[in-house]
Amino acid sequence: MEQMKPKKRRGTVWRRLKKSKTAMLGLGIIAVIVFMAVFADLVAPYPYDIPDATAIFQYPSWEHIMGTDDFGRDIFSRVIYGARVSLVIALMSVTISIACGVTLGVTAAYFGGSYETVIMRLLDGFMAIPSLLLAISISSALGNGQLQTAIAIAISNIPTFARVSRASVITVKETEYVEAARSIGARNGRIILKHILPNALSPIFVQATLSIVNAILTIAMLSFIGLGIEPPTPEWGSMLSLGRAYIRDFWPIVTFPGVMIMVTVISFNMLGDGLRDALDPRLKQ
Amino acid sequence: MSRYVLKRLLLMIPTMLFVVILVFTINYFSEGDPVSDILGPEATQAQIDAKREELGLNDPYHEQLFRYIKGIVTEFDFGISYKTGKNVIDEVLDRFPTTLLLTLCSMGIAVVVGITLGVISAVKQYSVFDYIATFLSLVGVSIPSFWLGLMLMLVFAVNLGWLPASGFYGPSYWILPSVAIATIPISTITRTTRSAMLEVIRQDYMRTARAKGLGEGAVILRHGLKNTLIPVITVIGIQLGRTLAGSIVVENIFSVPGLGSLIVNAIYARNYPIIQGAILFCALTFCLINLMVDILYAYIDPRIKSQYVRPKARKRAPAEAAAGAGKEG
Repeated sequence: MEQMKPKKRRGTVWRRLKKSKTAMLGLGIIAVIVFMAVFADLVAPYPYDIPDATAIFQYPSWEHIMGTDDFGRDIFSRVIYGARVSLVIALMSVTISIACGVTLGVTAAYFGGSYETVIMRLLDGFMAIPSLLLAISISSALGNGQLQTAIAIAISNIPTFARVSRASVITVKETEYVEAARSIGARNGRIILKHILPNALSPIFVQATLSIVNAILTIAMLSFIGLGIEPPTPEWGSMLSLGRAYIRDFWPIVTFPGVMIMVTVISFNMLGDGLRDALDPRLKQ
Repeated sequence: MSRYVLKRLLLMIPTMLFVVILVFTINYFSEGDPVSDILGPEATQAQIDAKREELGLNDPYHEQLFRYIKGIVTEFDFGISYKTGKNVIDEVLDRFPTTLLLTLCSMGIAVVVGITLGVISAVKQYSVFDYIATFLSLVGVSIPSFWLGLMLMLVFAVNLGWLPASGFYGPSYWILPSVAIATIPISTITRTTRSAMLEVIRQDYMRTARAKGLGEGAVILRHGLKNTLIPVITVIGIQLGRTLAGSIVVENIFSVPGLGSLIVNAIYARNYPIIQGAILFCALTFCLINLMVDILYAYIDPRIKSQYVRPKARKRAPAEAAAGAGKEG
């Protein structure tokens, strides 16, 4: 099998990705959401945390395009700041999961033997608990907060990354170029980092986009049940949780944060599907 | 086959032991003091200390863990609920049938709708129906089930008044939470069925079946669908486990008295024995579902079943078949 240079490979993947209209649409929407999250202070028309007693429960209008909540705060501004909170926690959790999971998976596959058996059996133990339940359990132990939530979600995702990277490395480590590197006396660390990992990254990338989706949903779910992020921090799940009490009388409060979660998740799913097809066209249906 | 099942059941023992240690450890290092929550804010320090002693919370970690594992192994005792004083296992078993019913209703909806949409999508690939089904499955997999639950409640209970908003007293109460939970499994099953069916649909045996004069419906159902079942059942198994966990939040929205609301209330009250017991019970159910899915493979696919037959039996099988054929002849 011919080994493609990383730069050339990246170019090929990008060309294939560009052909997928849904993936590009997903990427475009993600870019807008990221822009809003980063420049929330400029984009949001009102502060997210200052109550306005004269503007309680206002329906959508030109002044407040998504209406106002029970404290008179602008829902659109809170949704924009909520994007920042959700994306930061999601990225933190995926980064931690990748760092731990890929390290475990790659070393297990590379060194094999009893080390691999121990690691994989331990991960099987983690996977015996549904990931949402594990995240709830860890989150309740660690308490509320952004870092705590990110760690809780990260731990529940580590086994998935370990399994995906292990499966990917097992196929790569038997290739001739790895054998060649070993024969010229390259050290294990160099073989893993220079030769194996760059060629085993495709499924890890795809898993990362799926994990961001999973993380966004889990953050919202944790905050909804009172774990995760506590009010008044504007997080989509906690906004829904607070709005739940007013569902009978004021629909915007439970509608817009949920729409935002859905749009973000759909965009990442569209990009993830496109990325999977671009990285491995054989999977395309 | 029975040896394989026995082997899998034995392998579950160390896994469950690890899960027990993991869940216990997470709760042991949890923030806050459950005793303060049990006794309330007016309790004196002496009362708190006495209660901690009574519950064994002053013992070192390893002693508490050993006592917990010993209780489970020897007496199937998962401890006592801090709140009600009842056995944890009794409380969990009281709530489990409701969660199981909700999960089975959701999965029933998901399997019927998901497989039907997936098959029609594949048979009519690139048609308007296919595009709509593909789009809906993308949306379905992206909707948070708890938000969908709220929206369904808003539309069908609050605005239209067709269905009850909360409680779990009869079939009309099951519909909204079941649909909310079923959305993600429907989407996943639709996607998997579609892609598996697209692979099968172009196989030679499908052409042969048509050449024999079979109707299109029979070709799709008898030859096509049967051969797509392995990946579809894998997904159904995975989704069944996830649905069990996913029902936690939805149960909370619709005030369903199941395991989910038991866990959430236990988290708020720092009722650790209930949290541990309920999570362990879910993990055990999850492992058993995975085992059942693996066994089901063998019944669907004879190639998989042959892997579990011992070499002697494998040699004997063709000989017996030949002898049987001789007798018939």
